[in-house]
Amino acid sequence: MELPLWMKISMALVLGFMVFRLWPAAMHQMKHGPKGSSQDWQAALLPLLMVIGFVVLLVLMVR
Amino acid sequence: MNRMTDTTVTRRQPSVLSTNKVLRNTYMLLSMTLLFSAAMAGLAMMFHVPRGTAMIASFAAIGLVWFALPRTANSSAGILVVFGIAGLLGFSIGPMVGSYLSFPDGPRVVGTALGGTGLIFLGMSGYALTSKRDFSFMGGMLFTGLIIALIGSIASIFFHIPAFSLAISGMIALVMSGMILFDTSRIINGGETNYIHATVSLYLNIYNLFSALMHILMSFAGGDD
Repeated sequence: MELPLWMKISMALVLGFMVFRLWPAAMHQMKHGPKGSSQDWQAALLPLLMVIGFVVLLVLMVR
Repeated sequence: MNRMTDTTVTRRQPSVLSTNKVLRNTYMLLSMTLLFSAAMAGLAMMFHVPRGTAMIASFAAIGLVWFALPRTANSSAGILVVFGIAGLLGFSIGPMVGSYLSFPDGPRVVGTALGGTGLIFLGMSGYALTSKRDFSFMGGMLFTGLIIALIGSIASIFFHIPAFSLAISGMIALVMSGMILFDTSRIINGGETNYIHATVSLYLNIYNLFSALMHILMSFAGGDD
């Protein structure tokens, strides 16, 4: 499903503008955002690992 | 001591009440916008809307998020803007869902992606609600992940490498799952008090998670290259 060039360019421009708009917020979060303890990170990584496992399960179901 | 506890309880009560109100309003508006979005996607599929039109609809939705939402989020007009965003994004995903459904395994893949998105949303949101932890520390990692995924998406538009675009979809699915945790936790802990903003954030997480899951599953089912 090859897209026409004008669609590719306009999509890239919009995505590029998104990066441009998100950049300051990301920098601010990185520098001044709250920092989590190792316990906090464990509590956050556990559900994310479960999501990875769940997606693998879905992939196996549709294969 | 007792007086202090009483004051704390009476001060905390309105805050808990307002948090519950934001949460209830967010979930109510979110469920309505998701239904509206699905109806608009169905309409786009029924009328075989071309991909160019769908793309313009998604750009219009992005325009509403960037320019109209900040101006209307504190008024009732904000609700109309939320429906506008959901309708346009639903309309724009219609042709993609339609093309996936035309593959032999398409209906199973789309159904699995839909169910998977629902379960991930319920799981992540439920986890944030029951653990009552503050996940705001994830902001830096999630925003950085989102920027990397966006840059990767730009690259995958021009360089057609299936494994790379699959990796980007995987990354988007993971970042959006984290975003659901982050956004729900912000509502619970008072970081987000505007239910219109909260609804749009959660809606966009669900929308992107569904698109990414559909792409991943279709790639493995052999329908998408």
